[in-house]
Amino acid sequence: MGKPESIDALLPPLAGKAELVRRLAAVLPPECLFDATEDMTPYECDGLSAWRTVPLVVALPQNEAQVAAVMKICNEVRVPIVPRGAGTGLSGGAQPHSGGVTLGLSKMKSILALDPVARTARVQPGVRNLAISEAAARHGLYYAPDPSSQIACSIGGNVAENSGGVHCLKYGLTVHNLLALRLVTIEGEILELGGEGLDAAGYDLMALITGSEGLLGIVTEITVKLLPKPQLARVVMAAFDSLERAGEAVANIIAAGIIPAGLEMMDQLATGAVEQFVHAGYPLDAAAVILCESDGTPEEVAAEIEHMSQVLRDSGATECRLSRDDAERLLFWSGRKAAFPAVGRLMPDYYCMDGTIPKRRLGEVLKGIAALSQQFDLKCPNVFHAGDGNLHPLIMFDANVPGQQERAEEFGARILELCVEVGGTITGEHGVGIEKINQMCVQFGTAEIETFHAVKHAFDPVGLLNPGKAIPTLQRCAEYGAMHVSRGKEAFSDLPRF
Amino acid sequence: MIEQFADTIRRAVSDRRTLRIRGGGTKDFYGVALDGDVIDTRAHAGVIDYEPSELVVTARAGTSLADLETVLADKGQMLAFEPPRLGPDSTIGGVISAGFSGPRRATSGSARDYVLGVKVMNGDGAELRFGGQVMKNVAGYDMSRLMAGACGTLGLLTEVSLKVLPVPRTELTVRLELPEADAIATMNRLAGTPLPISATCHHDDVLSVRLSGAEPAVAAARASIGGEIVADGAAFWESVRNQRHSHFVRHTTLWRLSVRSTVLPIDLGPTLIEWGGALRWIAGNADPEKIHEAATAAGGHATLYRGGNKTCGIQRLAPGMLALQQRLKQALDPHGVFGARRLHPTF
Repeated sequence: MGKPESIDALLPPLAGKAELVRRLAAVLPPECLFDATEDMTPYECDGLSAWRTVPLVVALPQNEAQVAAVMKICNEVRVPIVPRGAGTGLSGGAQPHSGGVTLGLSKMKSILALDPVARTARVQPGVRNLAISEAAARHGLYYAPDPSSQIACSIGGNVAENSGGVHCLKYGLTVHNLLALRLVTIEGEILELGGEGLDAAGYDLMALITGSEGLLGIVTEITVKLLPKPQLARVVMAAFDSLERAGEAVANIIAAGIIPAGLEMMDQLATGAVEQFVHAGYPLDAAAVILCESDGTPEEVAAEIEHMSQVLRDSGATECRLSRDDAERLLFWSGRKAAFPAVGRLMPDYYCMDGTIPKRRLGEVLKGIAALSQQFDLKCPNVFHAGDGNLHPLIMFDANVPGQQERAEEFGARILELCVEVGGTITGEHGVGIEKINQMCVQFGTAEIETFHAVKHAFDPVGLLNPGKAIPTLQRCAEYGAMHVSRGKEAFSDLPRF
Repeated sequence: MIEQFADTIRRAVSDRRTLRIRGGGTKDFYGVALDGDVIDTRAHAGVIDYEPSELVVTARAGTSLADLETVLADKGQMLAFEPPRLGPDSTIGGVISAGFSGPRRATSGSARDYVLGVKVMNGDGAELRFGGQVMKNVAGYDMSRLMAGACGTLGLLTEVSLKVLPVPRTELTVRLELPEADAIATMNRLAGTPLPISATCHHDDVLSVRLSGAEPAVAAARASIGGEIVADGAAFWESVRNQRHSHFVRHTTLWRLSVRSTVLPIDLGPTLIEWGGALRWIAGNADPEKIHEAATAAGGHATLYRGGNKTCGIQRLAPGMLALQQRLKQALDPHGVFGARRLHPTF
């Protein structure tokens, strides 16, 4: 985990706190502006709760005009802005800046329009992910990306992180399900990106903004695509007596031409942790459990389930159970969705990793994690978006035991570096934030990082938006120790090539 | 090859010349202008990594589209965005740079949606690597998808990694005789149902609908939609995808309008509709101002795809957006060496 970076590039603020508050109070109602420490405590961290900082000021604008006004003021007085959605992010992207304004979008939570014929919804950034699907349900429609935190996380945060979910192999990530954005620039200018058609004019800035972690602008309006809700979904739960065999089964399913609606794997430590919590009926003697879901018309699901079950059995599944009804399907899924809190019940603290790897390297990576687990003497159950190669090792530790948190962080850093070594990435869906800022230096070389800074400069020349997050300075990478060369680039030389 | 590209770029920068990145040249008709010395990518070819169970293929930019599709078809997979095959020399680098997608786009996504990673050479001749060979990757800004549709104005693509999908087990096409307005309503209604529809096209009062998937699912969907089964549906969709359909062959001037799918017929010339109503190919010489106005009113934009007076067919960008795109071009190509004026008269 990276320590929050000082923002040397910034000039000292041109106004003191009192002056800033006075100016913000002129554009925000009193209930939308906090500057007393006790009022700002709820904003001192996001889902990465190990790091806490009280911001200088919290601003909670109610509309786009107020967002633009706050941006203009901060730009004039050179005060950093940290955008924040629901605060559920896991990488510290909304970690406050002690000298900056935390700009929360939680009051902007209206669904502005829902067009059931064109199948689109225009919403404000503070709308919860699940609320979109709830509003669309009466038209038989839904919003597909479903991060596990979907009951709480906001769509604005989803755009900032390019969130995924358990169905993204078939239905795509946030970036694949957006049509248009309104963006307020650091100068307070309002830009429209994308449109109501499928393609946008000029450069594809939608893709650039999605996943940019609040470093390029503040999204104030989002038009999402809605999909017809599948008529039916069923899930097969398959047990395996080795992780390798389960990994092969995943590859065999894809190679058989099947794109499951969801394809998840849990190892024995993970199923053991969740079973005592949700009683989903997972076989506890299995080394790995796979959940493989099919959705569509009844005919599609019947054909696909038969095909999936055959492949799973041929791949050596020791047990295959098909959900009888929707209640049982949700029960099978409940364990997977509750994996994080279940692990949290077994240990005071856990640290959730998010690397993505080519699926064929799974066996080797899991072995590597097991070896690291012994080396650092910390347990690490694994849950895995198997279909798209996104691993979530959960490193268990107790922050009250001296040294454990440091060991957990070092263990996590080594897992991410292992992911990069096998041709993967340090983050599949949680974002870099402050958490993985050092590992960015492993994944990218100097020229790539300079390119990121050039893009940032085109949007935010002074560097006021979410400074110190997502993209490391070259100086930080130099201090982290030329890791790109020693553990990144050279490690690729033994990658098998087609 | 990479060294040659780097030399050519550095020389162009020092001579203050611009380069036009070109594969097979099958899209030379497209864009505002064709300025600069040609840099031919075709010698940098070859599929360098393909593992069907990963659903990922990595190829050098000069690889011919046909070769790449053959490698995928051997394993029962495909480029699901169905890029138009505009000639035998078309390269995958050109396909991604142009960002064109075919009939399956409305249900399966666009060229940019399938980009997972790129290698791209900048104006200093350095080869940069963004994204990767995995489905999910949020490390750093998404530079690789930004390259899709940038028409080679932000750098020289040298390698692309793309997500691929299995070829559907069965496909069936039905045709329904419907006037344009009714067809638009039908396309939108069908898209709101969970039927396995993979493409729609309306032309000359006929709506064609393609169903894809497992055989019983396709049969059930066909029963629910009705219409007449098209004997050689595959050939019809090839003609639309590859722009060999009579609408593309007959008309020399062609506008491409990306609009809200529910917009009523835009009565400015003979029209072919795709993507469930969201793409309108309007032929003929209607007043460009009227076409731009109609596209804007329909929540989208218009591009003069082919023929006509290029300067009238430039995509309209609001002033703030234009300024931002200019800054982005300046940031990524500070020497101004790549594909000047292909995408817009100012960048």
